[in-house]
Amino acid sequence: MYHAIVFFPLVGAIIAGLFGRIIGHRRSELLTSGLLVASAVLSCVAFIDVGMNNHTATVNVLSWIHSGTLNVDWVLRIDTLTAVMLVVVNGVSALVHIYSIGYMSHDPGRSRFFAYLSLFTFMMLMLVTADNFVQLFFGWEGVGLASYLLIGFWFKKPSANAAAMKAFVVNRVGDFGLILGMAAIYFTVGSLQFDEVFAAADALAQGQFDFLGWTLPTLTTICLLLFMGAMGKSAQFMLHTWLPDAMEGPTPVSALIHAATMVTAGVFLVARCSPLFELSPTASAVVICVGAITAFFAATVGLVQNDIKRVIAYSTCSQLGYMFVALGVGAYQVAMFHLFTHAFFKALLFLGAGSVIHAMQDEQDMRKMGGLRQLVPTTWFMMLIGTLALTGFPLTAGFFSKDAIIEAAFAAHAGPHMFGFVLLVVAALFTSFYSWRLMFMTFYGQPRCSTETLSHVHESPPVMLVPLLVLALGALGTGLAFSGSFIGDGQATFWGASIFTGPDNHVLHDLHNVPLWVKLAPLVMMLTGFATAWVMYIRSPQWPAQIATQNDLLYKFLLNKWYIDELYHFIFVRPVAWLARVFWKGGDGYVIDGFGPNGIAANVLRVTQRFVGLQTGFVYHYAFVMLVGVAGFVSWFMLAGGH
Amino acid sequence: MTDWPILSTITFLPLLGALFIMLVRGDEATIANNSRAVALWTTVVTLFLSIFMVAQFDGSTADFQFTERVSWLGGGIDYAMGVDGISVLFVLLTTALMPICILASWTSISHRVREYMVAFLVLETLMIGVFCAMDLVLFYLFFEGGLIPMFLIIGVWGGARRIYASFKFFLYTLIGSVLMLLAILAMYWQADTTFIPALTEIGFDANMQTWLWLAFFASFAVKMPMWPVHTWLPDAHVEAPTAGSVILAGVLLKMGGYGFLRFSLPMFPIASDMFAPMVFALSAIAIVYTSLVAFAQEDMKKLIAYSSVAHMGFVTMGLFTATVQGVQGAVFQMLSHGWISGALFLCVGVIYDRMHTREIAAYGGLVNRMPIYAAVFLLFTMANVGLPGTSGFVGEFLTIIGAFQVSTWTALFAASGVIFSAVYALSLYRRVSLGRIEHEGLEQISDMNRREIFIIAPLAVATILFGVWPMPILDVTASSVEALVSNYQEALAAHYSGLSGY
Repeated sequence: MYHAIVFFPLVGAIIAGLFGRIIGHRRSELLTSGLLVASAVLSCVAFIDVGMNNHTATVNVLSWIHSGTLNVDWVLRIDTLTAVMLVVVNGVSALVHIYSIGYMSHDPGRSRFFAYLSLFTFMMLMLVTADNFVQLFFGWEGVGLASYLLIGFWFKKPSANAAAMKAFVVNRVGDFGLILGMAAIYFTVGSLQFDEVFAAADALAQGQFDFLGWTLPTLTTICLLLFMGAMGKSAQFMLHTWLPDAMEGPTPVSALIHAATMVTAGVFLVARCSPLFELSPTASAVVICVGAITAFFAATVGLVQNDIKRVIAYSTCSQLGYMFVALGVGAYQVAMFHLFTHAFFKALLFLGAGSVIHAMQDEQDMRKMGGLRQLVPTTWFMMLIGTLALTGFPLTAGFFSKDAIIEAAFAAHAGPHMFGFVLLVVAALFTSFYSWRLMFMTFYGQPRCSTETLSHVHESPPVMLVPLLVLALGALGTGLAFSGSFIGDGQATFWGASIFTGPDNHVLHDLHNVPLWVKLAPLVMMLTGFATAWVMYIRSPQWPAQIATQNDLLYKFLLNKWYIDELYHFIFVRPVAWLARVFWKGGDGYVIDGFGPNGIAANVLRVTQRFVGLQTGFVYHYAFVMLVGVAGFVSWFMLAGGH
Repeated sequence: MTDWPILSTITFLPLLGALFIMLVRGDEATIANNSRAVALWTTVVTLFLSIFMVAQFDGSTADFQFTERVSWLGGGIDYAMGVDGISVLFVLLTTALMPICILASWTSISHRVREYMVAFLVLETLMIGVFCAMDLVLFYLFFEGGLIPMFLIIGVWGGARRIYASFKFFLYTLIGSVLMLLAILAMYWQADTTFIPALTEIGFDANMQTWLWLAFFASFAVKMPMWPVHTWLPDAHVEAPTAGSVILAGVLLKMGGYGFLRFSLPMFPIASDMFAPMVFALSAIAIVYTSLVAFAQEDMKKLIAYSSVAHMGFVTMGLFTATVQGVQGAVFQMLSHGWISGALFLCVGVIYDRMHTREIAAYGGLVNRMPIYAAVFLLFTMANVGLPGTSGFVGEFLTIIGAFQVSTWTALFAASGVIFSAVYALSLYRRVSLGRIEHEGLEQISDMNRREIFIIAPLAVATILFGVWPMPILDVTASSVEALVSNYQEALAAHYSGLSGY
């Protein structure tokens, strides 16, 4: 069964990718989607089997790299943590496949698109079923490749190609840390297999090793290197710049990769490594800080964006920050719970946005929307559910998971948890504001598009609406249905050994006993955000522009995403391009070739020319030189012979 | 069958083919066609023989196999052939790339076809000989002899600046060779034999090791090529015909690494250990510096050539870690780079044959007209970047693992190569393949034809197969590499315990 779950998508990808042109678009779509649905159904079975009955399993597939004492194999490892990810990945992927049949119906490269989608799913499955760091890295880079291909799917668009490359390169900055982390683990533990590494965690926590000339605590160094990888993949502050640009890809891609699955790989990695992070307070503190800053930063930028997809992208970035705060305070289960629920409502929001964009003939600017509620009522309703879930409306999914993170941040004892708590509460206010702003600008008020566009606005076909419906059910129900087993009383049996929490870690227990004001804080923030958005975009629509002009600097700062792209351009991109030319023209051309081969060749030429000059052809010249020579020799012999 | 000198057969069969080609008579077209056919058949038969040989190879021992030894020049200088786990796969790499080279030159070489084919076949004999020779003098002959046909291939069938490029190539390698010859003489005076296994066991004294190491290093570093003696490579690649580039990147560059493995590490362990920091520094510079230089290139072949230098940086780094992972990774990286860079040069050749320019700016949007080409090119670009699942990853990963155990700084710079390689390789791909077709002449460009697909398909299969399942290669090399590393560490331990005894 596990083979089928993982390899069905690969089969689909290979057939659609290599033979798509032979079997045709329609068959490619149906084949890949069918295989994905089968895989998703099996994943649910596995979820029940593993999660509820605790039947964890490892399946050997093939040996991979054996060198000396390093042994790395292809192994599928299915425990609760994996099973949760299987449901998320295959569930959302199957829905996105089906949705794409409608969304991409006019695209000439459909079979290629479905091949990429399935390839992505396979890579993601390899990532979550990994039994060792190297296989995880295989999936990790594989999803990066699929993301590159899908962001750049419309290869005629220069902006899409640039975004695709940016995503790959920025991710590689994170991977740089991950590779070093793996090397450090092998160096200190002698294995890269999860169980063996985790078994050595205690020893690592005591140990120190020499890294770059400093003697550093082993475990913290390893955790921070691994976390660098997680930051890249999960678009955390500093390495987030690729995610908003990734919205150049088709919208279903954004829903699958840049909301529900790939970007959560970093969260998964840290949760998987809970036995390591749990023993390193320093690394956990860093995780809290980075997560909290990301949650806050992305939410502030989300406030002022006008592109509907970018708003949701920054929202994703921000929500990932929430998850990292939960990981940092030791509430790994809560982070995974939010990952789980977030996958539903964020995919719902993206696909809903896709439905809007589809209806508006590929218009993404919310300033040119408005008043669409009556025209696309089903989409509106789905988006409404997604928004409620995201903002944490009582009894929706986000209410259970997001509020639990905020409570966990408060209840934790270690590290800068209050820093995390404060930023998360503020971010909750912003979340509510930008979410409702999106709803109001898109669906309410007067239509701001041209009448010509307006006349074409139409509700999406059922093939697109049904996935929305399924996701909406998830966004409404998963919180209520699963909070007990994920973070409630049943969590210990549910997670089994897949997540490690130290003996002193009572966050999961304590978060249920926080003061009332802490419990109410997110709710108040949600209502305040809603009210503010309502005032600014329904009651007095002229206010936003006024506020923007009054606070010009702040507005520009937020609109330009804190100028981080510009900063990177200034401190990385331009110097690297400059350095590249200097090394090439100066280093290789001038110094090495100049003093090396060309210099030698030139000197040889010069010296030989001198000799040529001596050969004048006049006998008396030669005779004179000979005479001087003979005189020299004779005098040397006489002087030398005298001794 | 055990007495059959299979290595000599494999080695000299191409030479026989070359002689046969020289006997071909007739008008120009007949000569050209027959030469092509003979060359192809010769290389294919050689390939099958070497596959047969590798199939018989026993990977569980570190000893030389299929050995032959007959008296040759006298005085301890014999004609001795044999392969061990380190060299056997290089023989296969050479014989596997040759038919591809012949096919790649099928239509693009149209003048002096006979001489071209002869040059390639002679080159094949010399290259195989390098990897089979068990005698130092024999090795030297093959090693330096390889220069001549390559020099001719670049100088006769090359591009506009071929004379400059071939002389630069010659000048660089010659300086190294002279020093190596001196070292060989010195070793002979000391040991009275040039039989490689005997030399390995002799244990030169530390001072002598230093000088010998430096002399060999001069030669191998140029061949690798290591920074800063790498500047001949981009010029040689740019001017060489496509098949010349394939063989240059695929096999000739590996001779330096092979030399380090066969001589520097086992014969001069103390000196290797002493100079390892320098090698690490040069490797780190090679990885970072040449990756950046690659990024600035405007010529496709130059870009790939610089990326080769960067990848060879991983090899030298891995070798001198003297750890099992490092050395095995280096061997794997050399093999894998053999087919990946070969395939990349073939990719350049495909569009060069159509447009007759290598300038990156002249292309763009090829995916619109050449979907198969774009897919193939992407595969090898990703392999070049070291994506896991392609063979490019295994070598890089193992060498980094190895380097980390010895020097974290080196590992850090090597790992940064992961970022830089993505930058230059993807930007090349983007500028060539993606976007719209905007340049004149590209509107009618045709996709890869069957011959081109047929040539490149085996390389694609190797890239993915050995990325997912590298065990066949790792198994063959394991025993020899482990023996090499343990001998090396023992020699060092003996040396340093001896020192502390004084």
